[in-house]
Amino acid sequence: MGYLSVVVLLPLAALVWSSRSGGLAALWQEATRPEALAALKLTLGVAAVCALVNAVAGTGIAWVLVRDRFAGKSVVDSLIDLPFALPTIVAGLTLLALYGPSGPFGVDVGFTRLGLLLALLFVTLPFVVRAVQPVLLELDTEMEEAAASLGAGAFAIFRRIVFPNLLPAILSGVALAFARAVGEFGAVVLISGNIPFKTEVSSVYIFGQLQSGNGTGAAAVSVLLLAISLGVLLAIGAFRHWRTRHDRA
Amino acid sequence: MRKDVRGNVSRLALRFAALGYLALLLLLPVGFVFYRAFEHGAGHAWHAVTTHDAVHALELTLLISAIAVPANTIAGIVLALALVRGRFPGRGLLNAVVDLPLALSPVVVGLALFLLYGRGGWLGGLAGHGLKILFAVPGMVLATMFVSLPFVVREVVPVLRELGAEQEEAAETLGAGPFQIFRRVTFPAIRWAVAYGVVLTTARAIGEFGAVSAVSGNIVGRTQTLPLYVKAQFDGFDTADAYASSVVLALIAIVVVVGLRALHPREEGAR
Repeated sequence: MGYLSVVVLLPLAALVWSSRSGGLAALWQEATRPEALAALKLTLGVAAVCALVNAVAGTGIAWVLVRDRFAGKSVVDSLIDLPFALPTIVAGLTLLALYGPSGPFGVDVGFTRLGLLLALLFVTLPFVVRAVQPVLLELDTEMEEAAASLGAGAFAIFRRIVFPNLLPAILSGVALAFARAVGEFGAVVLISGNIPFKTEVSSVYIFGQLQSGNGTGAAAVSVLLLAISLGVLLAIGAFRHWRTRHDRA
Repeated sequence: MRKDVRGNVSRLALRFAALGYLALLLLLPVGFVFYRAFEHGAGHAWHAVTTHDAVHALELTLLISAIAVPANTIAGIVLALALVRGRFPGRGLLNAVVDLPLALSPVVVGLALFLLYGRGGWLGGLAGHGLKILFAVPGMVLATMFVSLPFVVREVVPVLRELGAEQEEAAETLGAGPFQIFRRVTFPAIRWAVAYGVVLTTARAIGEFGAVSAVSGNIVGRTQTLPLYVKAQFDGFDTADAYASSVVLALIAIVVVVGLRALHPREEGAR
């Protein structure tokens, strides 16, 4: 408990404290500077798109990994963990090497919002897949077979039977992916080019303010990100709590 | 019959889409960095990763992990026990705090440490007593501990929950002390989960960039870890060096993934 306080709580308390040291007015002024606001809007927007893409792609990949059969499936399954294991700066570098200005395909997403999205999709890939996979594994196929024998098409079966069962897992995976995308730094710092008002996300903005000695500006935006992270976690917790009570009833 | 054919077509289409997505997003980029690192020959790549600065960066990365991982392993087991077996107010809040490093931006973590130990911070006075935290190894270790804290806890909690407390209570009625219960009853049941968590913790500790970057000062040959070195070389247009060091980190990541794979079936078997 003491360990948790020293390692996690004390630094965060210091952050909140020093963000307020100049008074709330100064804090508000720092947080609502045009560059900070533009960065925050971009961060939330691109994280939302990233979460949506993950909801579809992650569910699809989980489906293929559980229900489909093909040679090399276990290798593909292991590959899903790679973004967790690979340092984020390397993730950004690899994407920039292939899809950047000197890449072999002639596409260049360097310094663009598309590149930003690509980097976030890379690092958040495992969340939805790993959340949906175990639920799909435990899902009994009997109901689906019954529906099929009653003449339901594949799409109707998915929409009416499979999807409602997967939804909680998809949502918690999407929430974690969103939180991660909001805070990501290492993977985006190379590929985004950090152009203010265009590709600069909040984490990069905070880092820039810190480097240029504006601790208050950095702290102001940081407190916002901290609030978003806590909000997402508490929402996931509340949702789980509600569901377990709901299931028992 | 026609329905079967259609089912097969959509199955193949989905398989193709899923594998294509993974190939374009993961496999091709990572593979291409390997190609880039070795395009001037293996000797060139070897030379790039054995320069004085690169070796020092790797050593520092391993040193920081060697401190942060054991600390988080022990703390992780204790926290998991408290979360599952403990009965005290604020357990829900503790749960959220333990997960926080997963959801919080590493840059915010770095900044928080910076404000705590920097000039004018609550513990800023430590630097005056010869205990330098910022722009030095202790700060980097603290940053690494923060971001890699949840992994052991998250792996151990569900196993402890499923295990239940009956065996531990039985051992207690038979006269076993708390330490003996942990060593003989609890730990054997959770050891694979602990191992899985340790592998994840190690991966995160080795690869951390944002938090470490904010507190390290990035002094070449002194406070530069391997991920920071990769960034510095790339910024300095030494892309060949950056690619070669990335390959070292990617190889570590592949070992981690294989390790996770090897641990997983055992974990299932233990249940």
